[in-house]
Amino acid sequence: MIDEAGFRFDGRRWDELRPIKFDIGMLEKANGSAYIEWGKNKILVGVFGPREVHPRHLSRVDKAVFRCRYHMAPFSTEERKNPAPSRREIELSKIITEAIEPSVFTELYPRIGIDVYIEVLQSDGGTRCASITATSLALADAGIPIRDLVVACASGKVEGQIVLDLSNMEDQKGEADLPIAIMPRTNEVSLLQMDGNLTEDEFDKAFKLAIEGCRKVYSLQKESLRNKYISLKEAINTEVKSEE
Amino acid sequence: MSETFKIMANIKKKQIYDLLSQGRRLDGRGLTDYREIKIETGIIDKALGSALVSLGKTKVVVGIKVETGKPFPDKPDEGVLITNAEFVPLASPDFEPGPPSMESIELARVVDRGIRESKAIDTEKLCIVPETSVFLVFVDIYVLDYDGNLFDTSALASMLALLTAKMQDYIVKENGNLEFKDELINLPIMDYPIEVTIAKIGDKLVVDPSLEEELSLDAQITIALTKNDEICAIQKSNLGTFNYEEVADAVKIAKKKARELREKFLKGYIANE
Repeated sequence: MIDEAGFRFDGRRWDELRPIKFDIGMLEKANGSAYIEWGKNKILVGVFGPREVHPRHLSRVDKAVFRCRYHMAPFSTEERKNPAPSRREIELSKIITEAIEPSVFTELYPRIGIDVYIEVLQSDGGTRCASITATSLALADAGIPIRDLVVACASGKVEGQIVLDLSNMEDQKGEADLPIAIMPRTNEVSLLQMDGNLTEDEFDKAFKLAIEGCRKVYSLQKESLRNKYISLKEAINTEVKSEE
Repeated sequence: MSETFKIMANIKKKQIYDLLSQGRRLDGRGLTDYREIKIETGIIDKALGSALVSLGKTKVVVGIKVETGKPFPDKPDEGVLITNAEFVPLASPDFEPGPPSMESIELARVVDRGIRESKAIDTEKLCIVPETSVFLVFVDIYVLDYDGNLFDTSALASMLALLTAKMQDYIVKENGNLEFKDELINLPIMDYPIEVTIAKIGDKLVVDPSLEEELSLDAQITIALTKNDEICAIQKSNLGTFNYEEVADAVKIAKKKARELREKFLKGYIANE
């Protein structure tokens, strides 16, 4: 899967990301939304809240109830995926929630709920990382106070080499996958999973590479957020001028 | 085990933090000590293999069953490992009857990952007729008493149950049917992963959090290591975060503890290689 010149099957070097594109605020009814295209992954995220918690007895007196639901569309995978939530999706919902919640000022919203719905429209490896990255943008779009954007990226081992951002084929055939999420301002790691086989040294190298990957995605993430508000500002300016 | 019901007195939480700042723990353990571990194997005759592990007051029993069934289309010549965890209501006031909780699914998947990714079971040896029939190995985790650190308890019990499991020897007839013989054989086990859970409380890393520590911790990480000290699975769970140095330290601690546990509890069951 890696040729003699060091190129991966899709033409990337070992430390290169797949192309990433963001769109922010394109859902009409959600309080905040984001769309991410990361390689062939296409993922849509909608944020609802702050709003009442359903069911009510789950509400907390000391902080907001923050919940993410990760779900894959039946047509998002090679074989049709049963739309009922699988055990994998339930686990991912849990760990994505736990990766994002440290960034949210939940203590500002006692008795309130914040619900995040993540829909994977097309998947090609690394959907949990793309989902986390997009969710953080959707929360920013919803105007929910956060400490930092959370950004995620995976590294792994393919044919004995440590590589960045595994596609589905590399994940399936490779030896290890290490998705992480960080809050870049403080360098806190809020998601860390691994499966496969790595020595301590390989793990260290892969971990550092994944952090570096996160930093690259972070700058794209910030830029897309900035661009959205620049375009908004310009739109308002033109409107004001035309009224004059 | 919905988070709503988890309640911890602030005064106790403070006590845990204060003690830790002096390098001590509520139950008198050192920071990298496990609670007392007791193991018992072969306690369920109807299961092919079984083990009851208690870690302090946490108790988990694991039973192994093997059935025949169809392989997955992408792995037509490999047997299948199926891991399931039940949080039975008698184990904790926070466990309720009903569909599996997020926590029980996570537990089963983290234990499964340790066994699967270390290649503990030689699944190719569990193939009967490629594409048609293979053995399915069921690892059923039954939590009997919950006093913290289900990951390590369940992973150890699962490995012990797999190591002591015996199935009937068989021959595959020409039509693909099985003919069972009287002799018993071991399951094809190739590795002996150990999972080590480390909690971050304040700025301290502690091994094997008790329930009280689980309810006060800032973050938690479970690391599975193979017999060759390689990392085969990691799961950060719970809210809270680690920094780079803490993760590197946790890996070092886990490596040392996994070696100790394997030597002490699995070695006697490992057939000579």
